[in-house]
Amino acid sequence: MDYALNDEERLILATARELAEKEFAPRAAEIDETGAFPRENVAKLAELGFMGMMTSETWGGAGLSTIAYVAAMEAVSRACASTGVIMSVNNSLVCDPLEKFGTEEQKERYLRSLASGERLGAYCLTEPQAGSDASRQKTTAVPDGDAYVINGTKNFITNGQVADVLLVYLMTDPAAGNRGISCFIVDADTPGIERGRKENTMGIRGSSTCTISFTDVRVPASNLLGAPGKGFNVALATLDGGRIGIAAQALGIAAHALEEATRYSTERESFGAPIADLQAIQWMLADSVTELEAARWLTYRAAAAKDGGGRFSTEAAMAKLTASRAAVTVADRAVQVHGGYGYVKEYAVERCYRDAKITEIYEGTSEIQRMVIARNLLK
Amino acid sequence: MDFDWTDEQKILRETIREFAEAEIAPEVLEHEREGKFPRALVQRMWEELGLGGMLAPEEFGGFDLDPVSYAVVIEELARVWPALAIIVSVHNSVSVQLLNLHGTEAQKRRYLPDLISRQIGAFSLSEPGAGSDVAALRATAVRDGDHYVLNGEKNWITNGLTADLYVIFAKTDSSAGNRGISAFIVERNSPGLVVAPPERKMGIKASEAASLVLQDCRVPAENLLEKEGAGFKIAMKELDGGRIGVGAQAVGICQAALQRAADYAKERNAFGRPIAEFQAIQWMLAEMAARLEAARTLVYRAAWLRARGLSHSREASIAKLYASEAATFITHRAIQIHGGYGFTEDYQVERFYRDARVTEIYEGTSEIQRLVIARDWLREHGYRSR
Repeated sequence: MDYALNDEERLILATARELAEKEFAPRAAEIDETGAFPRENVAKLAELGFMGMMTSETWGGAGLSTIAYVAAMEAVSRACASTGVIMSVNNSLVCDPLEKFGTEEQKERYLRSLASGERLGAYCLTEPQAGSDASRQKTTAVPDGDAYVINGTKNFITNGQVADVLLVYLMTDPAAGNRGISCFIVDADTPGIERGRKENTMGIRGSSTCTISFTDVRVPASNLLGAPGKGFNVALATLDGGRIGIAAQALGIAAHALEEATRYSTERESFGAPIADLQAIQWMLADSVTELEAARWLTYRAAAAKDGGGRFSTEAAMAKLTASRAAVTVADRAVQVHGGYGYVKEYAVERCYRDAKITEIYEGTSEIQRMVIARNLLK
Repeated sequence: MDFDWTDEQKILRETIREFAEAEIAPEVLEHEREGKFPRALVQRMWEELGLGGMLAPEEFGGFDLDPVSYAVVIEELARVWPALAIIVSVHNSVSVQLLNLHGTEAQKRRYLPDLISRQIGAFSLSEPGAGSDVAALRATAVRDGDHYVLNGEKNWITNGLTADLYVIFAKTDSSAGNRGISAFIVERNSPGLVVAPPERKMGIKASEAASLVLQDCRVPAENLLEKEGAGFKIAMKELDGGRIGVGAQAVGICQAALQRAADYAKERNAFGRPIAEFQAIQWMLAEMAARLEAARTLVYRAAWLRARGLSHSREASIAKLYASEAATFITHRAIQIHGGYGFTEDYQVERFYRDARVTEIYEGTSEIQRLVIARDWLREHGYRSR
């Protein structure tokens, strides 16, 4: 048993914290306000190898543990949750499956530049009518010579407007349900791809989330990731890892909200003393500290399970379920501690509160997490 | 980072689990119904398994287990019988280990070998008018030659009726608040020590919550632990360990209730299929499982810090707060999944539900844990709260 980061992971955490506090935190409110994609932040992450943290060095990644990834992700998200999800998608949902399922040639052509941060990836699974139920996909790919022709629409695509490479899940056999799903690596500048306007979201407003439509988009058959009809397996294996990334993002949001609430409580006076002296406030802080710790250790536990090489679906689902709820609850309390000031944009907790909510929804809603946990338990 | 137990700890878990299922489980119902302390069983556990001095050094007959292994034992005992888990936990943590860490060589040589091999220890801090607020203690200890004379009333003493040896806290300086509290080793047959029958409780009935009346109880001066006024610090330090024990007990309760609920959900049919296939049931089970794992992770983290000799006061409080509330939540849902059968004695989840409730109260209420957590957190952020 060992509940500590190793030397390398501690160094990564310190590096991520410094970068995030110095470079990301000061601009986070502006990114939230304008919804601009934080290109400079992504470039800085790429310099440190944080856009392909877990990808092996052979393929241009940093070759670090999932534990280190969690530590860095929390630190980055604490400063700017938008930057956190951009980083999470590229690491967990793009680089991870490319390394796990890609051919040597695919890795050479795509993974190398994605892991180094030279190019940016996006993960295209959700459709307007198919969220939790992936078998409802309507996007199709039809073979045509040595290529496939893709038609359909994907939405809620993080990094959507700016991504260079898309991992697109679609139906190669619409009659086969989940077993008809395949995954393609698609260059985003391929003719026939059109990106919709940026969604006007409640939070993580810098994440460049949009709809992407495909009209007769020709993709070489060699860009199929994994076997035809095995896309659902790729998606699920990927999402287990993605959930750890989002859990860590949620930790960062919660930690930020708690820090703000703590500082405010020691500065704001009511009834003749700082409100930190009141049990009503102390109780909120204590519950937030406790829930954050519970979520943090479940997340590290899931990361350790992933690094261990075995199955970790349950661990990842528990981590995401618990961390996302902690983010929402802790941010809610942080607003409450701030009183009226918590409701205005000059105080960061207002943003934390909005950013937190999505963590209960994307990369598997809390309902999907409960389903995963219950099914594995009842096996 | 590594969240797994060592091979030795896994073997230990297996050993305790086998003993608990074969030897302990058949004793539970009768003892719990009658509120009867399992004296003979405890004796066997001390003799056959060495559980009477788990944390104590081998020179006194102890097992010298690390706190993580200790938590494993308590968790496994609680899975079958939470009352027995607290009997063992109190004896080992706030009795044997307290003496081991705070006693002089002479005190240890005199008391530990018997206490570890064949006796039962108890810890007596609470009073009818002083629970969470330790400074409000009214029991007094007045020096009289080479003795102290103790007077007052103590209550909520786990193992209190059966115990052979007590650690009793009393004020040597009534004007000094917490700093006026001292701790004494008191033998069962001391003159002036009157043990009153245990309370009739909602749960953990086989563990005694007895009261003591101290009427000019004479205790040799050499039985003072450390020095006058050191009692509060001793109590708080060892309560950190006790809280890990209660946390582990709560985790065992959670595990038992979840397992029973999952098994029942697979067997019970309604509307033409096992109720495990309904999302209403799956949602409950998923929440229960996630909270159990979070509780377990927090409890073993506190134990790991303690094993490493690192500070763990806040972490022990976090573990105990979270695990005890998880136990109440999970046992509640376990009954709900069982429906009417959950409300009967036969399915035992009602016993775990009753037993779970006290983990939010003893060894520091949830309110005290929040106080510890908030103050420590604020101190880390440069603020000393009132």
